[in-house]
Amino acid sequence: MREFFRQARYVVAENPVTGVAFALFLVFVVVALFGPALAPHSPLASNTAEALHPPDAQHWFGTDQLGRDVFSRIVVATRLDLGIAAGAVALAFVFGTGMGLAAGFFGGWADRIIGRLTDTIMAFPLFVLAMGIVAAMGNTVTNIIYATAIINLPLYARLARAEANIRRDAGYVEAARLAGNSEIRIVVAHILPNIMPLMVVQASLTLGYAILNAAGLSFIGLGVRPPTAEWGIMVAEGASSIVSGEWWEALFPGLALMLAVFCFNLLGDGLRDVIDPRNRT
Amino acid sequence: MTSLLTVEDLSIEFRTRSGTVRAIEHAGFQVHPGETLAMVGESGSGKSVTCLAIMGILDAAGRVTSGRIAFRGRDLLHEREACLREIRGRDIAMIFQNPRTALNPIRTAGQQIADVLIQHAGLTPGAARQRAVEMLGQVRIPDPERRARAYPFELSGGMCQRVMIAMALSCQPALLIADEPTTGLDVTTQAVIMELIDEIARTERTATLLITHDLALASEHADRIAVMHAGHVVETAPTQELLVKPRHPYTQSLIAATPGPAAALADLAAIPGSLPDLRREDLPSCRYSERCGRHDKACDAPLSPRLLADNHSVACRHPL
Amino acid sequence: MWRVLIGRLSTAIPSIAGVIVVTFVLTRALPGDPAVYFAGPTATPQSVEEIRHQLGLDRRWPVQFAYYLDDLAHGDLGNSLSTGQPVLTEILTRLPASAELTLAGLLIAVLIAVPLGVLAAVRPGSWIDHVCRVVSTAGVSLPTFFTGLLLVYVFYFLLGWSPAPLGRLDIFYSAPPMHTGFYLIDSLIAGDLETFRATLSQLILPAFTLGIFALAPLARVTRAAMLAALGSEFVRTARASGLSRWRIVAVYAFRNAILPVVTTLGMVFSYLLGGNILVEKVFAWPGIGSYAIDALIASDYAPVQGFVLAMAALYVTLNLLIDMLYGVLDPRVGISA
Repeated sequence: MREFFRQARYVVAENPVTGVAFALFLVFVVVALFGPALAPHSPLASNTAEALHPPDAQHWFGTDQLGRDVFSRIVVATRLDLGIAAGAVALAFVFGTGMGLAAGFFGGWADRIIGRLTDTIMAFPLFVLAMGIVAAMGNTVTNIIYATAIINLPLYARLARAEANIRRDAGYVEAARLAGNSEIRIVVAHILPNIMPLMVVQASLTLGYAILNAAGLSFIGLGVRPPTAEWGIMVAEGASSIVSGEWWEALFPGLALMLAVFCFNLLGDGLRDVIDPRNRT
Repeated sequence: MTSLLTVEDLSIEFRTRSGTVRAIEHAGFQVHPGETLAMVGESGSGKSVTCLAIMGILDAAGRVTSGRIAFRGRDLLHEREACLREIRGRDIAMIFQNPRTALNPIRTAGQQIADVLIQHAGLTPGAARQRAVEMLGQVRIPDPERRARAYPFELSGGMCQRVMIAMALSCQPALLIADEPTTGLDVTTQAVIMELIDEIARTERTATLLITHDLALASEHADRIAVMHAGHVVETAPTQELLVKPRHPYTQSLIAATPGPAAALADLAAIPGSLPDLRREDLPSCRYSERCGRHDKACDAPLSPRLLADNHSVACRHPL
Repeated sequence: MWRVLIGRLSTAIPSIAGVIVVTFVLTRALPGDPAVYFAGPTATPQSVEEIRHQLGLDRRWPVQFAYYLDDLAHGDLGNSLSTGQPVLTEILTRLPASAELTLAGLLIAVLIAVPLGVLAAVRPGSWIDHVCRVVSTAGVSLPTFFTGLLLVYVFYFLLGWSPAPLGRLDIFYSAPPMHTGFYLIDSLIAGDLETFRATLSQLILPAFTLGIFALAPLARVTRAAMLAALGSEFVRTARASGLSRWRIVAVYAFRNAILPVVTTLGMVFSYLLGGNILVEKVFAWPGIGSYAIDALIASDYAPVQGFVLAMAALYVTLNLLIDMLYGVLDPRVGISA
């Protein structure tokens, strides 16, 4: 653990941007947790008299077409967007790692079936598949989480499989076998902890992608319905305004999106530099 | 005899994350026209770095901090890059270890030889291709027509090395630098490749700078041997004299550690210790002193090679 | 030669099979009543029953699957509720619009990313290297639909350089006579420079939006691949042989670096085809993406299914082509393998 922190300090010293990204990450988490309490106005309170006002002292990010405060909506939306992404990544992480471990460690028909499954998922352009899944299962936020989880599954499965494969015949695994441990116990107690750092790096790298995916789906009208505040749908609502010059309605949620994704990507890169410096770009 | 290549007082350092590595310090040797000089030493002693410096293709992190590399009188360290490019491949050529990875994997053997010919001999592509096939024949590759169209992955290690030799010798250079040319090849192929190098060097009167960690190989093919240790040239002498009467303790240990045909495993003497960490600020002037049994206070004074006899120089305060 | 081709084709078959099964499961085998989906929100219970029978949804699964396969074999992807037209026909009509957009986006991405990556690798530490690294990291963070809107705001609203984002052609112009379906090419064939220019001006912003999206991974891989190639042993041999700088960078390093870039194209296409949908919505582009979105909103189910199937088939084909391209470029896995 101490080694990890020493490495982490080294990486942050080398690359202060990672430190900034981490600080930003904390800000997002705080806003997600305490969102509604932090918003100055109610995100749902519409007031057509104040529709489409540019940013001012009262409404820092202006108001949208229905007179709602953009800033408050963005703050409140943080919880939803991050929640969707975190949920999707968590699901993909758990199931993907499990599948990959099974395929890589046990081989045989487990490998073949799981391989076929991941190949099939990857045969689709991922966003299209997500669209199809949500369209088929029903237009709800839960299904957005499931769909995003499914399309991220192969990433984790492949990584876990490759790593499990490498470690399958390692010395300590043989030793554990000889000591009488069952195969399952070996996987859980010996292989899993060893690959965990790599999988966590993968998770942070795909969090950003999951946010973009979810926002994209809601941009085209899937999942989130008005008047819910969510960054993607807010950009969609602001699309017609921005074309005629009222930029704030779409710009701020878009910036929030960009910032969040950028932050997670940088964090992922930083984590990767700490854990597996060989793979730096 | 005027020398073809004179390396004088060469020092090279590398900037790395963990400090500056003083890889080569005050190294000096000469290669005369037509002769074979072997540079022998452990891995990490700086043999390859010296060659890369001669060719002017050191890694970007490396810097030559002092010295002179005179080729036919001109100091290569102060030549323009355009001149150096002409010299490389045409006057001085180099072949490397691991021939299969040293060749372009997606270019045929014939094309790679032709590339050199087009660059230096000004041949047209057609003429170059033909000459490439001739060269392949010269390095005794069977069925050169067909092999010229082959990719490195289709050739054995030994054949890849022959292709590299063909590339290197295509413009009849005055000096061939061979960096561990047979390491990684099986013993039979080793012998055959070395024989080939010897023969071509003889007929074309090419001087050879042979880099190897194998003292036995050096003794069979070199006229003179220069022994390197931790970035220093510690002894230079004609081969027989070096083997029979080594003057530097390290050379003696190397000879003792080299298996002869009749030696038993128990007879091999390992050299105690290992190469010093070249990033240290406090490196002693004789880098062998910490491994040497004859070390005393006098060894800490600055050291430079002394000429003991006509052709025999050694860098030691207490030569044997 | 043919053997290799057939070998490659056969690797695509499991993918196509998987795609067909997945689309079948998505549309027929999920909990809920697919018949209601297909009949639409305005259907009477009677028409729902009709649809159910028509689609064979009252049969057992294996029979349904057989019907499904049979329909596919006949190119029957169902009919759109809103337009009443066969889905396949509508998709085929709109395909060239999407294809033109996607290819234009890819072209822009390649033309910018590859030189950027190469130059960044050849001059490490320079400003170009920094630009490349920023582009690679920041580029993947940009939401496509947002960049599109931003570009429209800047170039249409603020600067007035671009026309309104209202589709492929301004209403004053009519489409050129159909040869390829690509307006750019067709207008050139017809010698109609006015239409060519009009098409181009409508195409630039959406293509750029897509291109920016694909830029980041391409630049990153190109730079990494070039760095690896330039640091490789065979480049060291080339330098030791005194080959000219041009030959070393362009012939020795670049041709080797291209290989991992081609491999990445598959992933890039996945992004592009997905991003296509979003860009079509922002720019009102009449391609298959907006077709699917409109159908989704109208709860018109058959087009969505047909769209997913078509996109997947397209993607599998593209991957196959990329595979073959790689085989041509790399003699180690190519014809002689």
